Amino acid sequence: MGEQNKIKAHLEKYVVTYLFIALSILFIVTSGLDINYVASQLLLRLNRNAFIVLALIIPIIAGMGINFAITIGAMAAQIGLLLVISWGITGLPGILLAGLITLPLGSFFGFLIGKLLNKMKGQETIGSLILGYFANGAYQLLFLFIFGSVIPLNSNVTIVGASGVQNTLNLTGSVGLYTAVDSIAHIPFLLAVYLGCGVLAAASVIQFVRKAITAKRLAVGLIIAAVIAGIFSIPSIAAVVNGTHGRELKLPLVTWLLILGLCLFNSTIMRTRLGQKFRAVGQNQTVANASGIDVDRTRIIAIMISTVLAGWGQILFMQSEGIGTFQTYAAHEQVGLYAGAAILVGGASIDRATNLQALVGTFLFHSLFITAQSAASAMFGNSAVGEYFRAFLSYGVIAVALIMYAWRGAKQKKASQINLAEEAAKA
Amino acid sequence: MADEYILEMNHITKMYGSNAVLKDVSLKIRPGEIHALLGENGAGKSTLMNVLFGMPVIHTTGGFEGEVLFNGSPVSISSPIDAMDKGIGMVHQEFMLIPGFSVTDNIKLNREIARPWPISKILGRDLEFLDREAMARDARNALDDVGMNIEEYTLVSGLPVGHMQFIEIAREIDKTGMKLLVFDEPTAVLTESEAQQLLEVMKSIAAKGIAIIFITHRLDEVMNAADSVTILRDGQLVSTFPKKETSPAQLAAQMIGRSSESVIQIQKRDTEVEDRPVMRIRKLWVNMPGEVDKGIDLDVREGEILGIGGLAGQGKIGIPNGVMGLYEAIGEVEFEGKKLPLGDAGTVLKAGLAMVSEDRRGIGLLLDQSIENNIVFTAMQVNGDFMKGFLHQKDTRKIRKYAEEMIRELDIRCTSPAQPTGTLSGGNQQKVCVARALAMNPKFLFVSEPTRGIDIGAKHLVLETLVRLNREKGMTIVMVSSELQELRSICDRIAIVAEGKVVDILKTDASDTAFGLAMSGVRSEEGGCA
Repeated sequence: MGEQNKIKAHLEKYVVTYLFIALSILFIVTSGLDINYVASQLLLRLNRNAFIVLALIIPIIAGMGINFAITIGAMAAQIGLLLVISWGITGLPGILLAGLITLPLGSFFGFLIGKLLNKMKGQETIGSLILGYFANGAYQLLFLFIFGSVIPLNSNVTIVGASGVQNTLNLTGSVGLYTAVDSIAHIPFLLAVYLGCGVLAAASVIQFVRKAITAKRLAVGLIIAAVIAGIFSIPSIAAVVNGTHGRELKLPLVTWLLILGLCLFNSTIMRTRLGQKFRAVGQNQTVANASGIDVDRTRIIAIMISTVLAGWGQILFMQSEGIGTFQTYAAHEQVGLYAGAAILVGGASIDRATNLQALVGTFLFHSLFITAQSAASAMFGNSAVGEYFRAFLSYGVIAVALIMYAWRGAKQKKASQINLAEEAAKA
Repeated sequence: MADEYILEMNHITKMYGSNAVLKDVSLKIRPGEIHALLGENGAGKSTLMNVLFGMPVIHTTGGFEGEVLFNGSPVSISSPIDAMDKGIGMVHQEFMLIPGFSVTDNIKLNREIARPWPISKILGRDLEFLDREAMARDARNALDDVGMNIEEYTLVSGLPVGHMQFIEIAREIDKTGMKLLVFDEPTAVLTESEAQQLLEVMKSIAAKGIAIIFITHRLDEVMNAADSVTILRDGQLVSTFPKKETSPAQLAAQMIGRSSESVIQIQKRDTEVEDRPVMRIRKLWVNMPGEVDKGIDLDVREGEILGIGGLAGQGKIGIPNGVMGLYEAIGEVEFEGKKLPLGDAGTVLKAGLAMVSEDRRGIGLLLDQSIENNIVFTAMQVNGDFMKGFLHQKDTRKIRKYAEEMIRELDIRCTSPAQPTGTLSGGNQQKVCVARALAMNPKFLFVSEPTRGIDIGAKHLVLETLVRLNREKGMTIVMVSSELQELRSICDRIAIVAEGKVVDILKTDASDTAFGLAMSGVRSEEGGCA
C-alpha cells in the first residue's frame, strides 16, 4: 500500500515530465528527422539555454515562484553587450567585460524587482511576468532614444541619421563576439559522457569513504554511471554521436564548465546559512520572521542572484553557435517564458526545483521544440501548425503548473483539517 | 537583593486609544519559578505578554506606561528579536515550526552552527557552511532534555501534533542564555499523558534556574506545576499569591469575579421555563477552525433564553455555526421533533431557525449593499418574501416599508434605508444583522457574540431587543457570548463549553466558583442544577 502510494505521488508530481517524454519520442519518430541531426540540435540548445534555466532555481526555493523577471537580467546583459560592441572590444575580453557590466546592472535591477515583489507576496510569479513586459517598454525607450543621444555610442551601432540603436547587430566577423566562449575548447561528446560517468563514480566512492552517503546511495551512483557508460558503448548509439554517421557531436568545454559550475553554486549555496534562510523563507515566512530572519532582505538577495545569473546566461546564449546576430529589440522577449516552461517540464513546481530538473526540463522542452515543426508537417501536412504548437506548449505547461500548485495547496489544506468522522469515531 | 527577581513588570498601563486594556498591572518572577498567569479572554494576558516581547502592536499604538526590569536592571525591549537576545523565549500556542525542515533544522533555525571559509570572511557570515553534525548534536541534547526520543533528522511534517510542542520547547532551551520562558496554553493540543509529560519538562527546566510564565486555563495544571499564581481580570491585577495558599475554587472565583452589577436590568421571569425541549443536540462535532466542538449534548427548552459561555477557542461559537450548516458538522440535531440536516443552511433557515453571526463584517452583512437590501436579503432568497408579480421582481415598496419599520423599532442610526451598511458603526451594523434575522420570522434564534465590539448604548439596545422578542413573541433564543455578565443578566440558563464539550449547565445565580471551574473544564458540586 505504502509502495503504491509512493508511486502514485511520484506520478502525480512528474505527470508533465512523463507526458513530455512520451511526446518527444512520438515527435522524433514521426518527424522523420535524422537522429544525428536531432541530437546535435539538442546539444546546441542545451549549450545555449541551460544556464538561464538554472538561474531560476534560487528564487523558487526562496518561495518566490518562477522568476519571469529574468527577462530583465537578460536586458542588463544586452546593455553590456551593446556597450562592448560600441566600444569595439572583441573576443573573450569583450564577453568578460559585458559580464562585468551585467553584475552591477543586474544586481541593481534585481534589487528593484525584489523590492517590488516584496510588496506583492503570494503573486510573485504573475508579478514578475508583468514586470518583464513593463521593463520591455523601458528598455525600448532606452535603446531608441537615450542611447545614441544622451549616452554616446559609436555610429556603427546606431541608426543612420537618427538616434537609437540599430535593429540588428552583427556579432560575427570583426565584432568578434560570436562563439567567443564556445570556441575556446571542444571535447567530443562521447568522451565527455565517459568523463562524466567517471566523475560520478569517483565522487560516489569518495563520499562513501567520507561517510557522507550510505552504501545504498553509493550503489545507486555506481549503477547510474555504469548504465550511462554502457548505453553509449552500444555501437549503434555511439554511432549517432561519434560522427560515424553525420556530424560528430562536440561539447564546448568552457560553456559546460560554467553550466556545471552554476549547478555546483546552486547546491553549494544551499549548504550555507544563506541557503538555509532561502529554504526557511520559502517554506514559511511567518516562522522565518519569528526566528529573526529578515524575510524581505533574503528574498531580495534571491532575486538579485537570479537576475545577475540570468544576465550571464543571456550572454552565453548570444555568443553561442548558430546565433550570430543580436536582435536588439527582441532577443530578451521570450527568455522568461521559455526558461520557465523548461524548468516546469523537468518536474519542478512553483515551490520546488533542483539542478537536475532544470537540465532534464531544458532537454525535453527543446527536443519538442526542434521536432514540432517537422512532426506537424508530417502529421498534418502543414508546418505552421508546429509553430503554433510551440507557443501552445510553453503557455500550456506554465498554466498546468500554476493549476497543479493551487490544487495541491487546496489538497494540503484539506488534509491539515481535522477529519471529523474519524475523530468522532475514535471518541 | 537586585537579583531576587529575574523579571519585574511594574505598574504597566496600556491604552488602545482611550480604552485601557491594562491598568496598573505588576508581575514579579523569581529565577526557577513557574508562575501561572490566569484570566478570562480579554483580561489582558496577551497584552501583557506583547509588552514583555516588545511586539510591534505595542509600539505602533503609543507604547505603554510603567517599567520593566529584567535581571535587576531596567530594560526597553524593542522587538521580539530583542527579547530573544536578552534571554526571553516563547513557546507558541500555534506552532512556529517549518514542516519541510528536519527536527534539527527547526531547533537551530537562524541559529545554525557554521564554519567560516575564506569567501565567507570577505562576503559575510551568511556564506558560512552549515556544520550539520554539530547542529544535530545540539538538537539531540535539547531533545533529551525534554524527554523526546524521536530522531533529530526526521521531518517535522510527519510528526504527531503533540511532538511539535516539545520541539518548540527544545528549541527554546537550546538557546544559550535563556532566562525566562513563556508557555502560552502549551497543553491545549496535547493528550493527557503528553500534557503530564510537558508539566514534568517544565518542572525540570525550572529546576535549572529558568523562570517560566505559564499561561493556561486548566486549573488542575496550575495546582500541579505552578509555584505561584497571578490572576488578571478586565486588565487589572486581581491578586497574586503562592500556590500553597490557594485552591482551585478560589482561583476560579477570582478569575470570574462579579464586576459590579448586571449589564442591564431585566425583569426576571416569575416561573421557570418548562422543561420541554424544542431542540435536542446530540454528539455534535463541528469542524470550525479555532472553535472545534467534540461531541456537544444540549437541550434547548421552548421559549427560553439559553446562554452559551466559555473561554475563546473552546468551541462555544462552533455550536450555532454547526447547527446552521456554516461549518462541517456531524451528529444529530432535532428541531420540533424533526431531524435537521447538517451542512444545509437553506433547509435549516426554512425550518424556522435564524442566526445573527459573530462575524458581522464577514458573513453577517453585504457591506456595500444598502440597509434595506441587507435586511430582506435572506428572507427573499429563502422564503421568497418581498417579491411581487409572476416574474418575482423585488417589491421595493414593501421592502422600504419593512426596513423603515425595523429602523424605527431597533433604533438603527442611519441617514436612510438606502445607506450602505459598510458605513454604519459596529452597533448599528449589529442591529441590521438582528433585523435581517427577524425578517425571516424565525421561531428560534441563534445570536453569536452580539455585543462584541459595540458601544455600551448599542449593547443595551441589542440585549433589550432580544429579551423583548423572547417575552413578546415567545421566540426561543440561544445566545453565545464571551461576556459572562451579559449572559447572566438576560438568560434563563447558561451552558458552559470547554474543550469542545458542554461541561455544565448553570443557573444565572450560580456562584463565580462554579462558573470559573466549568470554564476550566471542571464540573463543580453545585453544578448541573439547571
